[in-house]
Amino acid sequence: MSESSGAPQWLERGGLQQLLDELRAREYDVHGPVLRDGAIAFEPVVDTAELASGVHDVQEAGRYRLEPGDGGRTFAVVHGPAALKPFTFAPREPLLQVQMDGPGSSFECEPVLPDTGRVAVLGARPCDLAALAVQDRVFLGDRFPDPHYAARRENLLTIVVNCTRSVSTCFCTSMGTGPEARSAYDLALTEQDDGFVVRARSDAGREILGALALPEAEEAALDRERIDLEACRDGIDRALDTTDLRELLYENLSHARWDDVGERCLGCGNCTMVCPTCFCHDQRDEPELDGKASLRVRQWDSCFDPDHARIHGFDFRARVRDRYRQWLVHKLASWEDQFGTSGCVGCGRCLTWCPVGIDLTEEVAAIRGGGTA
Amino acid sequence: MSVTAPSVQALVPEPAEIIEKRSFGSRLHAYRLRLRDPAARPRFDFLPGQFNMVYVPGVGEVAISISSDPEEEDLEHTIRIVGRTTEVIDRLDVGDVLGLRGPFGSSWPLNEARWKDVLVVTGGLGCAPVTGAIDYMFRRRASFGRISILHGVKQPADLIHRDRFEAWRREPDTWVGLTADQPDRAWRDRVGVVTELFEEVEIDPVRTVVFVCGPQVMAVMAVRILERRGVPSSRIFLSLERSMKCAVGLCGHCQFGPEFVCKDGPIFSHERVARFFGVPGL
Repeated sequence: MSESSGAPQWLERGGLQQLLDELRAREYDVHGPVLRDGAIAFEPVVDTAELASGVHDVQEAGRYRLEPGDGGRTFAVVHGPAALKPFTFAPREPLLQVQMDGPGSSFECEPVLPDTGRVAVLGARPCDLAALAVQDRVFLGDRFPDPHYAARRENLLTIVVNCTRSVSTCFCTSMGTGPEARSAYDLALTEQDDGFVVRARSDAGREILGALALPEAEEAALDRERIDLEACRDGIDRALDTTDLRELLYENLSHARWDDVGERCLGCGNCTMVCPTCFCHDQRDEPELDGKASLRVRQWDSCFDPDHARIHGFDFRARVRDRYRQWLVHKLASWEDQFGTSGCVGCGRCLTWCPVGIDLTEEVAAIRGGGTA
Repeated sequence: MSVTAPSVQALVPEPAEIIEKRSFGSRLHAYRLRLRDPAARPRFDFLPGQFNMVYVPGVGEVAISISSDPEEEDLEHTIRIVGRTTEVIDRLDVGDVLGLRGPFGSSWPLNEARWKDVLVVTGGLGCAPVTGAIDYMFRRRASFGRISILHGVKQPADLIHRDRFEAWRREPDTWVGLTADQPDRAWRDRVGVVTELFEEVEIDPVRTVVFVCGPQVMAVMAVRILERRGVPSSRIFLSLERSMKCAVGLCGHCQFGPEFVCKDGPIFSHERVARFFGVPGL
């Protein structure tokens, strides 16, 4: 993948449909942010009219609302509960098709690989893209690269939209992941009143841009882009102090704050379901009723599930406090040992979608000494 | 985005036939397994301490350490009947087929232990991961110095392999200490927890390598005593147990601090995990 991006180009607001058409002509199944159940979700789109419009999101710890008004922007909503994760790490993935005659009989296993066509996701955010890079390390960076993730990843085209608006739960600036895209993408858009500044950063992205034959973006548009991104950056108040964070958490495994948060946390696992980097999964057999065949499937799991650390007759993490500590220390500390990067991209989803509004930045601050110890 | 050739093979169980089943009481069986496809055997070359995922089609998979000698053709798994999948394995017999995926994980440092004294500390019912290593050393007796084995059980009935301990006891330059926490009147060995046996064993901290395998409480106590006796943390090895689903460091279940017990462990030097070892609820 080449890092060099040609000169930024300009896509008129009305030209977004051409981009969609071009992607579809190249046999991409295009997904974009649409309204779904009071939030936004990435779903198949054919027409730009299907994209979420007329609303913007208000997010706080434990609160997500879409309110009227999009300021004339196509991508007015910062994000919904799902990032890019389901496109590459499927919530449910068949692994093996097993033919058998019953327990103890001979059997045959056929690996099942996803039969995925090309998928383009329009409207991913820079934090989502950063999370994708983190999951690339998790699933592809080790001695057992994951074939299912690899197959899906190879077919994914990312069209990231840089953030010119933030919500109160955002802290990408602390994690170095936004508001403009830093990780590898195929295409990046920065939305303005009358159109988009567009950049390509992969061969696939450049080919698509080439086919659209767009003009170069004018200096004025680039200046405006700088100002908008800077304003967005300045508007992000929430911060996670990452100074020696790994060491801080390892040194405080017995801190009283874990008991405190353990009292508030419901152990529901919502944070792990919306987290764009969480990768825990279960594997299980789903046998046919006649006992002649079984499908071995993996499925998203959560370190908050009571069975997660349970072995026969013993639960290593019996208390909710233990599970929250595992999640947070893994995300912010041991992830670095395992994958050479933090497991947090600062998207803020775990705050928003926590039913009791637990804010990890506040928990860390408390352990650092700023709050109740 | 282009990606490196992924490993589908690590996901696919290989059929293996049960050619012998030995039972120790009603809930513990040793299964000798022969791969249906002899050409697959080289992939299953292992070192003592490593484990396979044992698969029952349509039911599930369990992580079980390999208890046979690495030079034997057949693979042996000693399996305790404790859950849904092992309940089905319980009912299987000679001629039945299981699936094997592996081997996975780290091994006991038997090379490092060569020419040195070895102290094995085990407790409760969980000694299977280390018995393979003990057999390995006795089959190569001249390569190791003094071998001491401390084994503690709660009740005498938990001492399933008494004949093996008695046989080891008769080996030259070997000391075997057995203890029961709740003895009956027939019990002739020590009374108390395994750590009390340390009072009787000679340990030369300069030339001893320690293998610890058993309940966490016991392991934490053992490490404390060993460090007091001057054995360096880098020569105390621990076998850790965790929930495992994938065995390749992806499913997340086996995490212990920064370690994936399935691929970084299950055997760790105490030095490596000292910071996290013994922290409750980790």
